[in-house]
Formats: sequence, C-alpha cells, structure tokens
Amino acid sequence: MIEIKSLTKQFDGHYVLDNVSFEVEEAKLVVVLGPSGTGKTILLKSMLRLIPVDQGEVYFDGKNILTLSIEEVYQIRKNVGFIFQSSALFDSMTVYDNIALPIIEHTTIPNREIKEQIKNFLEIVGLPGREKLYPRALSGGMKRLVSIARALALGPKYLFYDEPTTGLDPVMRDRIVNLIVNLKKDYQKSGIVVTHDLETAKAVGDEIYMLKDGRIKKLARIEKGMYG
Amino acid sequence: MNLFSNIAEYAEFFVHSFFFHWNVRKHKDRILEQIDSVGIGSLPIIVIISSFLGLVTTVQLSYQLLGLLPRYFLGATVGRMVLIELGPILTGLIVSGRGASAMAAEIGTMRVTEQIDALESMAINPYHFLNFPRIFGTMISLPILTVFSEFVAIYAGGLYAHAFLNVPLSVYNYGLVRNFFSRDLFGGLLKAFLFSFAISVSGCYFGFKVKGGAREVGVATTYAVVTSCVLILILDFIVALLVFG
Repeated sequence: MIEIKSLTKQFDGHYVLDNVSFEVEEAKLVVVLGPSGTGKTILLKSMLRLIPVDQGEVYFDGKNILTLSIEEVYQIRKNVGFIFQSSALFDSMTVYDNIALPIIEHTTIPNREIKEQIKNFLEIVGLPGREKLYPRALSGGMKRLVSIARALALGPKYLFYDEPTTGLDPVMRDRIVNLIVNLKKDYQKSGIVVTHDLETAKAVGDEIYMLKDGRIKKLARIEKGMYG
Repeated sequence: MNLFSNIAEYAEFFVHSFFFHWNVRKHKDRILEQIDSVGIGSLPIIVIISSFLGLVTTVQLSYQLLGLLPRYFLGATVGRMVLIELGPILTGLIVSGRGASAMAAEIGTMRVTEQIDALESMAINPYHFLNFPRIFGTMISLPILTVFSEFVAIYAGGLYAHAFLNVPLSVYNYGLVRNFFSRDLFGGLLKAFLFSFAISVSGCYFGFKVKGGAREVGVATTYAVVTSCVLILILDFIVALLVFG
C-alpha cells in the first residue's frame, strides 16, 4: 500500500503540490487527472524521491521513503516500475539491453534465463522478437511498450505510469490501456497513472483524483468539461 | 562565494563519482567502451597533431640552436620539451576537445530526455553507472595516448632533422638518450594522469547539471571544454612547480 500525506512542493513561491494526500491500495490503480503543467509528473517523481519535496510523507508498505537512507530508497525503487512520458529508453542500447539492464544490475540471474525473461516481457507487451532493435527504430507507441516491459523487469509490486497514452494514435492508445488493465488484473500490479486524458482515466482507474492548482481532490465520477 | 561553492560542488561530484564502490569488473564493458572512444578514437588526430608538433619544434630549435651548439642538442632539446611539456599538454587539450565535449553532450542529453531519472528509478546509481567508467577509461587512456603522442612528435622531428637539417638519426638519438631523465618522463605522465580527471570530471559534471533542452546541452558542452582546458593549465603549473620547480 502507498500512502501520500501532505506532500508539498513549490517553485519560486508557486505551489505545484499543496498538501497532497491520497492512498493507493493493493492491486488498485489510482488515476491522477489534470491538465498539462499541473505537476502530475512532479508528483510521481517526488514520490520516488527523484526530486526533493518541501514537506510531506510517502509511505511504501509502511516505510516513509522521504526519511530513508539512499540504500533503503533503492530497495523501494526496485519495487516500483516507472514508465516515463518520454519512455526514457537508453538510445545507445538495444531493446534487449534496455530491459536487461535492471536485471543485470540487481540480480545474479544467468544470461540464458535473462533472455527467456525478456522474451516473456516482450510477449506480455505485444512486441515479440524486437530484442535487437534500437529505440530509434521504434515508433512512439512501441517505445512506450518497451518502457513498460523494462518497468516489469524486476517484478515490481507497483507501477507508476506518467502520461502513458499521450501523443499516441487511438489504436495504440487502446492497446496500452488494455495492457495497463491486464497488468493489474493478471499480475496484481498496483499503481498510479497520471494523465490528462479522460478516456484513459475512465478505462484504467479504480479511483480517480483531480490535481489542479496544487490541490488534489477525489472524483466521484468524470464528466466532460470538468477541466473548466 | 559562488566560485567556492561551485568548486566544492565539483569536488563533491568527483568524490561521489570515483571514490565509492570501486567495481572495475562490474563496469568492465563500459570502461572498455570509453577507452575505445576517448583513447583509440583520438589516435588519428593525435598522430596528425603530434607529427606537426614535432616538426615545428624541430624547425624552430634548429633555427635557434644549430651553429651555436653541437647537433645532438637538437634531439636532446626536442625530446625534453616534448616529454616535459608539449606532449602531455597538447594531448590533454586534444582529448579535452573531443572527450569532455562528448561526455557533456551525451550525459546532458540523457539528463534532458529523463534517461538519468530512469536509471535512478531503477535503483541504479547514475554516478557509478555513467561517471565512473568515463573517469576510469580516461585515466587509463590519456597517459598511454600521451606516450604515443610523445613518440610520434619526437620521431617526426628526428626524421625532419635527418632529411633536411643534416642531423643523422643516430646523432639525434644520441642527444635524446644522453639527455633523458626519468624525472621528465615521470613529470609528463603525472600531468597526463591528472589531466585525465580534469577532462572526464568536467565532461560528466556539466552534463549532469544540464536543465532544459538542446540549448543548455550546448552550453554545458562549452563549459565542459573551457573548464577542463583551464584546469589542465592550472594542473600543468602545479606539477611543474612540484616536480621541476
């Protein structure tokens, strides 16, 4: 379970996150909805201590990541797969190497087994046989899928999706939405999806929050025109 | 005050990147990649520039010395100048132009495309993953490149002296050997060793500090090269004082 309590972050006196609090229960997907530029990505990165916050607490299974030593933070990060909006694939590495990297860095699994695992991850995300390609040879949607495969590499308990469907065509968007739903259903992955896309939010979210002007509010239902 | 805090930050960055978790075996492939990029990749330009360095030094020394001193002095003087000063500093500056800029651009691009955030989110320490192989690879490459550059420069000068100045290679070699002091070689290699840190740490540091986009990556690249060149000159002076002063 993830608990966020009073998370606050400001830039030059402007509150991007203002006492943000919410919870993510086991095997649930929480969507944080909001227009572009409201600080959704900052929320996700703050939760993993990728950027510093001004105050607040973020508990992963009872441990406040913001007060832990860097080694303990790394232990928590191994349990969280982060899918970046830009995909953030290493462009000097092949798809195989991108996915293998966290496994090689953190485990002693033999190469043959890693190969099998990567084959399996690529099948899960629907990109079998693409191991040898470099990111430059992939479309935006395919990069997003490889990024999800990489996030799965260490078998994390939680997945953080940063705008997973932004900038994709409707077919690819549906494919990624289905994948997110299936990962939760079949693999019990809890997580947070931040998006500005209402359709994605409705399709994947067990609970939906709205982030606006630094404040977060739980929504009972989504209505068109709510951004206004 | 800002200067001091920047120096402290730079020093802290160096310590974080290089002194903790020494694990050469783990980073072996990435270190070899850097040796290939910084070292082997610099060989062609080192050959060209060192050859002309040797030629110019020989021409100028012959203009000043021949007729006043025995001919073997040409080999002696070219050799000592190249070993003590010209070889290390020129190699350092060339590698700075190639290596520091490449490192800053590569790491800076990784910063703006969230690849460094991705490393951190996967619990991979980017200081160890990105910086250590670059610093270690440059530390191995630069002294070797320097020796190679010195050899090329000295014998480019020797061949010119033999062909155009009526100084046989045997006489040139005699001067070279007669005036060889191991302190000269040691001092030059010590410089190369220290320059390697100035180059690689500057490249990584300014790359890491990038915030923004393509323009900031370009600015970081410029800062990396300028800073490493200034540091090379400062370190050159310090070693000259300590070893030859």
